[in-house]
Amino acid sequence: MLFQFRLEGSAEIAKSGMTRSVQPLAKLITGIEGFDQLSHGGLPRNRTTLLFGGPGAGKTVFAMNCLVNAVRVHRAPGIFVAFEETPSQIIANSAGFDWRLESISDKQIYYLDARLSREVVKAGDFDLAGMLAMLAAKQAEIGAQWIVFDGIDVLLTQLRNPAAEVDEIYRIRDWLDDSGLTAIVTAKSEDRPHEPVQYGFMQFMADCVVQLGRRQENRVASQFLQMMKYRGSGFSAAEFPVTFGPSGIEVIVVDSTAASDRAPTQRISLGFEGLDALLGGGVYCGSSTLISGLPGTAKTTLAGKFVDTACARGERALYVSYDEGVAQIVRNLGSVGIALKKHVASGLLQMFSARTETTSPEELFSKLKSLIGEHRPSCVVIDPLSAIARSGSSFSARSVASRFVHMVKDSGISLLVTALSEADDPVAESTTLQISTIADTWIHLSYLVSSGERNRALTIVKSRGTAHSNQVRELILSKSGLSLADVYAAGGEVLMGTRRWEKEADAIDSRSRQLVESEAKRRELNHAMARTEAEIKVLQLDLERQRADLKVSSTEALSRDASSQSREAGLRTKRESPTGNSSRKPRSKRPR
Amino acid sequence: MSARRRRSEAKGDGSGNVAVLRLYVAGDAPNSTQAIVNLEAICREHLTDAYDLEIIDVLEHPQRAMAAGIVVTPTLTKAYPLPTAQIVGNLSDKRRVLLAIGARSQEP
Repeated sequence: MLFQFRLEGSAEIAKSGMTRSVQPLAKLITGIEGFDQLSHGGLPRNRTTLLFGGPGAGKTVFAMNCLVNAVRVHRAPGIFVAFEETPSQIIANSAGFDWRLESISDKQIYYLDARLSREVVKAGDFDLAGMLAMLAAKQAEIGAQWIVFDGIDVLLTQLRNPAAEVDEIYRIRDWLDDSGLTAIVTAKSEDRPHEPVQYGFMQFMADCVVQLGRRQENRVASQFLQMMKYRGSGFSAAEFPVTFGPSGIEVIVVDSTAASDRAPTQRISLGFEGLDALLGGGVYCGSSTLISGLPGTAKTTLAGKFVDTACARGERALYVSYDEGVAQIVRNLGSVGIALKKHVASGLLQMFSARTETTSPEELFSKLKSLIGEHRPSCVVIDPLSAIARSGSSFSARSVASRFVHMVKDSGISLLVTALSEADDPVAESTTLQISTIADTWIHLSYLVSSGERNRALTIVKSRGTAHSNQVRELILSKSGLSLADVYAAGGEVLMGTRRWEKEADAIDSRSRQLVESEAKRRELNHAMARTEAEIKVLQLDLERQRADLKVSSTEALSRDASSQSREAGLRTKRESPTGNSSRKPRSKRPR
Repeated sequence: MSARRRRSEAKGDGSGNVAVLRLYVAGDAPNSTQAIVNLEAICREHLTDAYDLEIIDVLEHPQRAMAAGIVVTPTLTKAYPLPTAQIVGNLSDKRRVLLAIGARSQEP
């Protein structure tokens, strides 16, 4: 069986040796997050990568991580040559990661303890020829594809002879070339101006050179990785922040090309109608919202309302606070009618608080990542994100912040972050993390001070893909919760608080006055109308009487006319004949 | 190159008080060749008591070297008498070699 292995091993070497000449730039995925991206596909296959950096920069973790991923993912065995620490020390040091090194057999990762103990007597020059022969035997035995020389500088300096060091570097390089192994060589470099000559030489011999560094800024150490060289390949040459998560080393790369393709059109509520209405029905699902503002402008309240609403919808939410403790937040939000306790109890809401002053942004990032991985929320609040800027360098804080926003967005999580602003001008502030440029919706909270009052004002600075109001609203906190009030813009001035109340009262007054006035007018008109109607009635009566009078007078005239005629006729008959009976009738009709 | 294996049994008094020396070399690498020459001279000139010397070529027997915890070549180990010792290098520093293997120098 063992013999079989050897044959396979040597066949592998021969094969890989041939492929190399045909296909000069095959790469091996390292599985280290971010690194495969910035190196455009991993480390050069069958070639040597030099990893150098100061103590504690993560060289060993990086190398070990590659081996573990190779074994776990690709079932590719590897050899770890430890010049600095004992294998058991390395395994113990890796206990913080989820690698479970103890479960990896020595057929998968073989450790060679290559330390020269201090008891060893040095009596003349020595070399690595024997060690390389042993490694070749081991490679054939387990079919190794990877090899790590960890801390090779430790052994090289024991040669005490620069020329011998160069010789041994050559020897290693030749051996690696022949072996067809994908190799990682790590070496310490101090930040000394006079770098030992052999490191420059080692850089020359390696096909890929990666620098890992650690620097102290604002009393917090931050780590970074920079690719110095990659023969025959493009790479991102910038300095990238490095963090150590549960799965090992992570390089924080903001991927400009992998912007998420998804653009959900579904909107989710920010928690109260007034604000949703301003945003045309809420924010887009999976978008990022920034709430900026001075201290005490109710940023936390808005954030709390957001998770409260999410949980009420039955979604999972994560609330991360860098300012206050969890208990404090729950209590404070309870005072404005936002009850988070029940959501925490039901398990929908996870709350987490941490101090940022003594933690590097990279650590914060990796903690957030693992929290999201564990809880799988659909809504996340970071309150305030600007706290990240308090820790470590602004450079890494910025890239961590933007990396974080992208990471959350790419996983389709709706994110709400708050940012403390130093100045009241929304444009001048928020630049510390430059988060405002990547946030989809930006709500700015400020104070307006007038007439001895300080009132909260809410402005929507931007909201991508949404028609939104450009008006400043007044944000009112009360026991029953939050509400937004339309503000009065009177004479070019925005009225809030008491002045708004006064204005409103004024308006009510004048309205009621108007009401009374119109009522009076109505009544007056009614009266007038009634009067007119009465007058009309009187006139009509007059008219009738006059008509009647007219009738009477015309009848009289007729009868008078008739009697005079009859009298005339009577007279005439009297004159003509004295009998005249026919003349009696008109005489009897005589009224007088 | 074949494995060199030499056994030099000289002036043994049969008491078992025999120094056990192993020299691990890498083929005919210059340092290794030098070490063999130097060690033979030391044994010849300075080792009065019995000794058991074996020269192991790591290129031929890598497993043995690994088992012995050899890192660099050449390496000389003394397994007996205690304390054990490990001497690396081409053994050009005779004084240190003698001191390490606990042999008395014959020369005054």
